[in-house]
Amino acid sequence: MSLTRMYGLFLRHFYLITRSFPRVLDLVYWPTIQITLWGFISNFFATHTTYYNNAVGVILTCAILYDFLFRTSIGFNMLFLEEIWSRNFTNLFIAPMKIGEILTSLVVTALIRALIGLIPAVLLTSPLFGISILDLGIFLFFLFLSLYLFGITLGILVSAGLLRYGPSFENIAWSTMFLLAPFGCIYYPIEILPEVFQKIAYLLPLVYIFEEARNILINQTVDIQNIYYAFLWNGVYFVLSIVLFYYSFNVAKNKGTLINMGE
Amino acid sequence: MKNLVEVKNIKKNYGKNEAVKGISFSIEENEILGLLGPNGSGKTTTIGMLLGLLKPTSGEIFINGQKLEGNRIEILEQINFISPYIELPKKLTVKQNLTVYGKLYKIKNINERIEFLSEKLRLEGLLNNITGELSSGQKNRVSLAKALINEPKVLLLDEPTASLDPEVGDFVRSFLEDYKKEKKISILLASHNMNEVTRLCKSILMMKEGIIIDKGNPEELINKHGRKNLEEVFLKLSRSKNELN
Repeated sequence: MSLTRMYGLFLRHFYLITRSFPRVLDLVYWPTIQITLWGFISNFFATHTTYYNNAVGVILTCAILYDFLFRTSIGFNMLFLEEIWSRNFTNLFIAPMKIGEILTSLVVTALIRALIGLIPAVLLTSPLFGISILDLGIFLFFLFLSLYLFGITLGILVSAGLLRYGPSFENIAWSTMFLLAPFGCIYYPIEILPEVFQKIAYLLPLVYIFEEARNILINQTVDIQNIYYAFLWNGVYFVLSIVLFYYSFNVAKNKGTLINMGE
Repeated sequence: MKNLVEVKNIKKNYGKNEAVKGISFSIEENEILGLLGPNGSGKTTTIGMLLGLLKPTSGEIFINGQKLEGNRIEILEQINFISPYIELPKKLTVKQNLTVYGKLYKIKNINERIEFLSEKLRLEGLLNNITGELSSGQKNRVSLAKALINEPKVLLLDEPTASLDPEVGDFVRSFLEDYKKEKKISILLASHNMNEVTRLCKSILMMKEGIIIDKGNPEELINKHGRKNLEEVFLKLSRSKNELN
């Protein structure tokens, strides 16, 4: 693995962001809108339901966590799609970069993109709604890490689809998070789901992450098992996504997708 | 002369469709080989296989003595490619694009290399310009600078002067001739510009329907087929049934 090459690919996207004000605005705008909206909804529910009586920031905290997941996943897809849209895809794949270097570089760049969007929005929550996500304590780090891993995993899976099927897979790139959101139990406990859906939800790391966030904020206790299962499923899906990406790369080399990408 | 490119009986099938049906050729050091053929003849597929973007169904490719299969990264460090169908990121400046690719190819002293190439390719005044805002001729020269950033031993050119005005086209051709002589590199040139091929290429491969139907130097081919120029040879061969293989 070459740090220089990975830095080179990072630079390509860093330059792109710094050269385009609309791109920076796009990164910051949506998380801010999303969190402001959920902040008011959160305040409303906190004062009108008993479930959230002792935890004003539950919904908002979950909204922030979900937005981080969403931005990470979409961010990774965007980096890949940028290469297709700019017709630079072939240049990238004829550069002497290992697949591992491409993925590592995009993983780091996606994190930076997500943080650029999220940090201003998180800073807004305290003065606007009197809520700090830091109330989750040290476990906030583990929840974020877990969400980051899952966001990246989804990004790699979608990129594998783009490699395998070409730009026609783009629509799937935008819809994956919306498909999984109902099973993630982001804003409600898992008991709300029908039993069949609960079984599916337990196969995703999301449910453990959001259940644990609510558990910490509402019950003021920590269930390590939730964090453990979240990482366990994350590990399984992450390895699966890497295997699938390599498989898709080989299929693309057989089918010629790498040459015709963008057409 | 040493062969920098050796292609041995490569085939490429897409399902039942045979795009390339077992072709062999080599390119010597300090040689420009022309790859001609009508659309769909297998030129792009052949270039794709040489770049490691396509896996041959069978056959072997050697670049600078190394087998492509199993040494993809090492070989990609020694080759580069230019085509009007691929572009550099449009929003980045010329210098940013060249810096990015300098890093991807792990070039030491990137700034010196950019300075050298920008001088050779008349890009000095354009380095801080946005790539997407350049004219076709300027973009072409930037792509050429990117393709030479790693001092490739083998350069693959797919219609390098398509859509350029005669002056820029001539500049690019002269540059390629000089650069090849100076660096003793091998160039594979796929082009539909027969004057360009006649001027630059020592030898030519004519492809049609996935096979090499004729080969030789431009003069030989013109005499052999009793035509006035290479364009007429191309038309004759494109319209006739396959003659070799």
